[in-house]
Amino acid sequence: MTTATAQIGTGERSAVRYGSIARGRKRTLYWSYFFLILFVIFFLMPPVYMFITSLKTSAEIGAVTNPWWVYHPTLQNYIDLLSQAQFLTFFKNSALVAVIVVSVTMVVSIMAAFSLARMKFWGSGTLATGVFLTYLIPESLLFIPLFKIFAFIHDLTGIELINHWWVLVFLYPTLTVPFCTWIMIGYFASIPKELDEAALIDGAGYIQILTRVFIPVALPGIIAATIFCFTVSWANFLYPLAFTTSADQLVLPVGIVTTLIKGDVYNWGQIMTGALLGAAPPLIIYAFLMDYYIAGLTAGATKG
Amino acid sequence: MAEVALRNIVKTFDRTPAVAGIDLNINDREFVVLVGPSGCGKTTTLRMIAGLEEATSGEIYIGDQLVNDVPPKDRDIAMVFQNYALYPHMTVYENMSFGLRLKKFPKAEIKERVENAARILDITNLLDRRPKQLSGGQRQRVAMGRAIVRNPKVFLFDEPLSNLDAKLRVQMRMEIKKVHQKVTVTTVYVTHDQIEAMTLADRVVVMNGGKIEQIGSPNEVYHRPTTRFVAGFIGSPAMNFLPCRLVEGSNGSAGLSVKLSDKLTFPVPPDRVGRYRPHAGRELLFGLRPEDIIEKRGDLPPGRTAFDAQLDVVEPMGMETMVYFLVDGTEVCGRVNPAVAGKPGETMPLVADLNHMHLIDPKTDQVL
Ligand SMILES: Nc1ncnc2c1ncn2[C@@H]1O[C@H](COP(=O)(O)OP(=O)(O)O)[C@@H](O)[C@H]1O
Ligand SMILES: [Mg+2]
Repeated sequence: MTTATAQIGTGERSAVRYGSIARGRKRTLYWSYFFLILFVIFFLMPPVYMFITSLKTSAEIGAVTNPWWVYHPTLQNYIDLLSQAQFLTFFKNSALVAVIVVSVTMVVSIMAAFSLARMKFWGSGTLATGVFLTYLIPESLLFIPLFKIFAFIHDLTGIELINHWWVLVFLYPTLTVPFCTWIMIGYFASIPKELDEAALIDGAGYIQILTRVFIPVALPGIIAATIFCFTVSWANFLYPLAFTTSADQLVLPVGIVTTLIKGDVYNWGQIMTGALLGAAPPLIIYAFLMDYYIAGLTAGATKG
Repeated sequence: MAEVALRNIVKTFDRTPAVAGIDLNINDREFVVLVGPSGCGKTTTLRMIAGLEEATSGEIYIGDQLVNDVPPKDRDIAMVFQNYALYPHMTVYENMSFGLRLKKFPKAEIKERVENAARILDITNLLDRRPKQLSGGQRQRVAMGRAIVRNPKVFLFDEPLSNLDAKLRVQMRMEIKKVHQKVTVTTVYVTHDQIEAMTLADRVVVMNGGKIEQIGSPNEVYHRPTTRFVAGFIGSPAMNFLPCRLVEGSNGSAGLSVKLSDKLTFPVPPDRVGRYRPHAGRELLFGLRPEDIIEKRGDLPPGRTAFDAQLDVVEPMGMETMVYFLVDGTEVCGRVNPAVAGKPGETMPLVADLNHMHLIDPKTDQVL
C-alpha cells in the first residue's frame, strides 16, 4: 500500500491517457455482445428448428439428411393443417378463451388493485398480501382441488363443468387475476396521492378517478399485465389437459399434442407447424402492444 | 365571494393531535397565510378546509354554509398542491379544463375560461404541451390556471413554491400576488417560509404545535409579536433573545432599565415604563431585532443607547453587514453599514434602538 503510493508520488508524472474511458467501454461492449449472441443462439435454436422442420415432408424428416437444411421445401404441412376443421376449432377455442380471460382479468384486477391501493379500508393491506400469496401457489397443486370443486358443483346442481372449453374461462383467472392485481397495485401505488385529490376537488368520483386518471396514467402497467395474461391463457397446458377431453373442446396446446400424436406415430412436420402457428398470436400481440407501449412512454418525454 | 370560518377545529391522527383547536375568520377576498414550522398542522388545517381530511371536532364554514359533511367537489374550492399534481397524460389545456368538463360545461365556455386564465398567467403558448414538457415555474402556473378556471369561492395553496429554486420562487411569489390582485378570491396559503408569508399576506396566521400563536397583518406580527415563538419565528435573521433582569432606576432617574450583564444595562424608554412597571425586579427575556442594533452615528435620538461591543463574527451581505458579538455567552446579531463595520476581534461602537425592544415573560412565553 505504502510502496504503491510512494511510486505514484516519486515516479515521473504520467501523461493523461486520452481515450481510456472509450477503451473501457469498448471492452464492456465486446463482452455484452458475446453473451447476447450466446443467448440469442440458445433461445432461437428451437424455433428455427421448428420452422425448418415445418417446411419438410415426412419422408425428408425421417431420412438421414442435414436436419438444419431443407432440400425439398414444401408448404404442404401448413396447407394440411389450415384446411383441417379440427385445427381451426382449436384455434377458435384458444382465441375465445384468451380474449374472455384477458377481458375478465383486466376488469377484475384493475378494480381490485384500485380499491386495494387507494381506498384504505379495514384489512386492505392483508388482502393485498393475500392476493400475492395466491399467485405463489402453483397450478399443479390447484387443479386437483378444482376438479373436486367441479365434481361437487355437479353433484349439487347437475351442471357439468368438465370437458367444456369455456370452463377454462373460470380456471385461468385463478392464475392471472392475482398476478395482474399485484402488478396493478404496484403501478397504482406509484401514482402520487395528490393526483386523486386534485381530481376529487375537480369533481371526479371514484369511478371517474379510476377511468380518467388512473387507467391512462398506469397504461404501461396495464399493457404489461395484458401481455402476461394473454400469454398465460394462450399457452397453459395443464388445465386444458386435465379438464377437457373431447376433440371439439380442446385448445391449441393440448389439441396439437393429442391429435397429431397417434399412438407412437409422431407427425413431426405438422406438430412443428401447429406449434409455430400457435406461437404466432402472442408474438403479434406482443409486438403490437410493445410499439404502443414505447410510444406511450416516450410521448412528451422531451423537454420543450 | 366567500368568507371562511373555522370554529374550534381539532384533528387527531391516532390520538396525537395535529391541529389542537383553531379559531379563524377569513374575510371575503382576503389573502391569509398560515405560517409555522414543519409539522405544526398547517397542511392538515388546509386539507380540512378542502374537505380532503375530516375534522375530528369543530365546525368549518365556507360562505354561510356549514361544510363539515360536504365532499370536496361541492365545496367550490380549488387547491394548488406542492408538487402541482398535474395529470401527466393530459395537455395543459386538458389539465385546466378537466374540472369544467366533468361538470359538463359547454365547450365554448370552457374554451373561453381556459384562454382567459392562460392569458392571466401568460401560458397561452403552452396549452398543447404535456406537464413533462414544462419547467417547474410553468407547471406552477398551470396548477394555478387549473384553480383559476374553476372560478371557485376559495383558493387553497399548500407550499406551492417550495419545489422551485430560490430565484424562481421570488418571481413566482410576485406572480401569485399579481394574480390575486387580478382575480380577487378568498385565499388560504400555507407556507413554512416567513418571508413568503410577510410578502403575500393581508393577514398572517402564525401556527405552532397545532395552535394559532398570533393572527395579524404582516406589520403587526413583525413589530408587535404577542408570544416568544412569533417574535423568534418572524424575521430573518431572527430576533436576539437575552436573559435579563428588569431593575428600578435608570441613570439615576425614576425609570426602569434592563440589566443584560454586569457591563451592559439599557434604560427602558419612558413611554414603556408604565407598561413594564409591574414586572420590575423579575428575571425576563429581552428581545431586540438585529436591525435595531446599528452602528453609532451622530447624536442619539431618544430611546437609543450606545454601547461598545467586541465583534466575534462579521458577515458582509453586500448592502449591509451582520456583526455578531457575545453578551454573557449569548451570540447577538446587529446589522450595520458595511462602510463602518469593524473586523472580528475589534471593538465597535454600536447603538441599540430600545423603542423596538420586547420583554418576554419566560414563564408564559407571552410578550409583555
Ligand atoms: N395522515 C396522517 N397520519 C398521521 N399523522 C399525520 C398525518 N398527516 C399529518 N400528520 C401529523 O400531523 C402533524 C401536522 O402535519 P402537517 O399538517 O402536515 O404539518 P405542516 O403542514 O404544518 O408541516 C405532523 O406531526 C404529522 O406527522
Ligand atoms: Mg405541510
